[in-house]
Amino acid sequence: MDTTAEPEAGGEPGTGGEPGTGGEPEAFIALDGVEKVFDVRRRKGLLRRERHQVRAVDSLSFTVARGEMVGYIGPNGAGKSTTIKMLTGILTPSGGRLRVAGIDPSRERTRLAHRIGVVFGQRTTLWWDLPLIDSYKLMHRMYRIPDGRYRENLGRLVELLDLGDLLEVPVRQLSLGQRMRGDIAAALLHDPEVLYLDEPTIGLDVVSKTRVREFLRQVNAERSTTVLLTTHDLQDIEQVCSRVMVIDHGRLVYDGGLAGLHEVGESERTLVVDLERECPPVEVPAPARVVRVDGPRQWVAFPASESAAGLVARIAERYPLVDLSVREPDIEAVIAKMYAERAGRTPTQSS
Amino acid sequence: MLEGLRAYRMIAGMWVRAGMTYRVSFVVTLFGNLVMTGMDFAGILLMFSQVDSLAGWSLPEVAFLYGASVTSFGLAHLAAGSMPHLGRRIRDGSFDVLLVRPVPVLAQVGGDQFSLRRLGRFVQGGAVLGWSLVAADIDWTVAKVLLVPLMVVSGAAIFVAVFVAGAAFQIYAQDAAEVQNAFTYGGTTMLQYPPSVFGKDLVRGVTFVLPLAFVNWVPAAHVLGRPYPLALPGWTAFASPLVAAGCCALAGLAWRTGLRSYRSVGS
Amino acid sequence: MGSARLYLAVAARGFRRYASYRAATAAGVFTNTVFGLILVYTYLALWDERPDLGGYDQAQAVTYVWLGQCLFAALALQGGGVEFELMERIRTGEIAVDLYRPADLQLWWLASDLGRAAFQLLGRGVVPFLVGGVFFPTALPSRFDAWAWFAVALALAALVSFGIRYLVALSVFWLLDGTGVNQAMMICGVFFSGMVLPLNAFPGGFGDVARALPWAAQLQVPADVLMGETGVAGACAFQAMWAVVLLAAGRLVQSAATRRVVVQGG
Repeated sequence: MDTTAEPEAGGEPGTGGEPGTGGEPEAFIALDGVEKVFDVRRRKGLLRRERHQVRAVDSLSFTVARGEMVGYIGPNGAGKSTTIKMLTGILTPSGGRLRVAGIDPSRERTRLAHRIGVVFGQRTTLWWDLPLIDSYKLMHRMYRIPDGRYRENLGRLVELLDLGDLLEVPVRQLSLGQRMRGDIAAALLHDPEVLYLDEPTIGLDVVSKTRVREFLRQVNAERSTTVLLTTHDLQDIEQVCSRVMVIDHGRLVYDGGLAGLHEVGESERTLVVDLERECPPVEVPAPARVVRVDGPRQWVAFPASESAAGLVARIAERYPLVDLSVREPDIEAVIAKMYAERAGRTPTQSS
Repeated sequence: MLEGLRAYRMIAGMWVRAGMTYRVSFVVTLFGNLVMTGMDFAGILLMFSQVDSLAGWSLPEVAFLYGASVTSFGLAHLAAGSMPHLGRRIRDGSFDVLLVRPVPVLAQVGGDQFSLRRLGRFVQGGAVLGWSLVAADIDWTVAKVLLVPLMVVSGAAIFVAVFVAGAAFQIYAQDAAEVQNAFTYGGTTMLQYPPSVFGKDLVRGVTFVLPLAFVNWVPAAHVLGRPYPLALPGWTAFASPLVAAGCCALAGLAWRTGLRSYRSVGS
Repeated sequence: MGSARLYLAVAARGFRRYASYRAATAAGVFTNTVFGLILVYTYLALWDERPDLGGYDQAQAVTYVWLGQCLFAALALQGGGVEFELMERIRTGEIAVDLYRPADLQLWWLASDLGRAAFQLLGRGVVPFLVGGVFFPTALPSRFDAWAWFAVALALAALVSFGIRYLVALSVFWLLDGTGVNQAMMICGVFFSGMVLPLNAFPGGFGDVARALPWAAQLQVPADVLMGETGVAGACAFQAMWAVVLLAAGRLVQSAATRRVVVQGG
């Protein structure tokens, strides 16, 4: 039998076909050409029904290393949730190869369940009518968490997520933010190696959002838990993730750092200059250009990947410059632009 | 299987403890359940206030059928009475939550919202059954004495199978959950009356296609010494456990198929 | 006039809402048909033993069964109309919003419930009734006026049905939990509306009491009106009396409840 002990493997001996050796960037999550095709039947008239296929996910390939924090974004219906459902074993892929911690999720769903934590933003994994603590007690036994570990984890999570006063409150009486914190704690009680969060900050107020993000960073730092989150809120990504994957029409259209997203999206920054008086548009070298003039104030757009220094020097040299500021591009606009370009290049793939 | 039973016990246990926190409400609804499920028997008593026999069966004999049907159904409903809510869980997406937990989904569906107040039906049916055993004119033999509890337990298993099959059906047709009421509540209602009341074709269907007749009709006809409308070999009176095992196996298969298709089709 | 149009719109919305649950409607039709089938056989056996039970012949007993299945959902005989939604709104406090609407609370919910009832009569009721009529001997009148009076009796039955359920729903203002009253409503509804056995066949003094209760106005009276077993004027007067009493009681309880909401601050 295997002599290498695995102290962090969630209590069950011998889990994982490919035991993690820690440190080395092995692919903890690996997708290779994964696809998911849905048959959709649409009613046409009284009895006739038309069948057609929808490719929710189309030859998706990526890997995520242990301990990475990845943001997974895309417009509605792009295939984000379908991907998460395949990663957790809720859905079976129509094709391709998918492994999480060496396990095929759809074939060994229950075994995988011990090693993953899932938070669905819009529905709770807690028992709605029961006090919060009852859900945790049940998780304790359901996941066969050793007593000592359970007490330790619960204590830590209750403290970090500030759940102390809420434990005896029925889940349905919790506010959205409280419930989300409760859900996150529930997902982490059994020390999962990977945490999936589907829209974890949706509907939360600013304070709750900040708290959730801080907590995720902390968990990742302390336990090197791999985090994969889908979101509509780009601040989630800016503040939590070191890597972004953008999916559109079931295909990965970007995978890399947040900064790189700007380049891919060919986004522009804007230099706002205030001159002493009204002037004709300033002369700047292409691709920079004046996009707006309003009295003595002018707006100059230039590629986000270039430095503003040269441009500023040039304007200061030739014009009576009073003040200036640089506006960062809006990431949402960047992604929108990227989608628009994709849509222009490839026609919609449905039916 | 064992893992499933363990999970079921765990979840059901939690709901029982939670339900006990409101003792008054518990007692009131338990009592309400008792009365409500007793209404059917009140209806039978009303009928017998006007007639001496129904299709040749006396009141104690009909009470025997009633008691057997309701105790079996009561047990099944206690164990699996939450399954009809599966469709709602699939519709609102909370079914996905069950799939990411490390215990069998069926155990989670069955144990959800488990409540001892459902015992009302079982208790009420049991009382009627007990009375009928005394009041009916039965030639008791050892085999018949053993057959009665065997009948109740097997009947419960058959009804559980119907509940599970109904749950599997809801994976395909979440909105049509009510269809299974025709088989569960409809089934237990039908079995409260003598088989000779119903059309031959209906009896054939309930004996050979959806074998609800083995919940009580077939064994009860033997216990009471009454002819069954169809010609069945004598050993069939004791075949209920076999039929129950078959039903449960088929229902389990249906559930697996349903779950697999959910996971490849999605919500 | 303007407000009449408002309530008409509310009713239409109720109708459409229930019409959108197609699969559920089909499932309901199936279940009602199966239950009708089971009941018909037991009634046939019962009327075999007592050919004139409750003044009905066998064909009338059969008609009664299918009428019961036809009206079961429309009149929400065991509950399950808009009152569940109303109870939920009272329990969660959302009812406070309704009180600020420029419409009468009772009329609003009545309109909504009538819309629902109209759909369930057409969508869920007609098919089991036709199945019964095709496969079993029934006793349906051929005279037009019997059907016209039946329509009047049905409308009054719908008012009585709503009157009962509205009172039950308002009780949640005081009880906070509707489980118990719902259960009681279900028990009384099924038993005293005559879903188990026609009230005409209830024996002695118990039968007299049962036939005088408001639940009798729901199924028994319309059935008797349709099959010519009772004088139409007296029958409809009986229904109208209960409708007025229940709706008036609803108003009284409603105003008490509203005061309560105002005092509690919602």
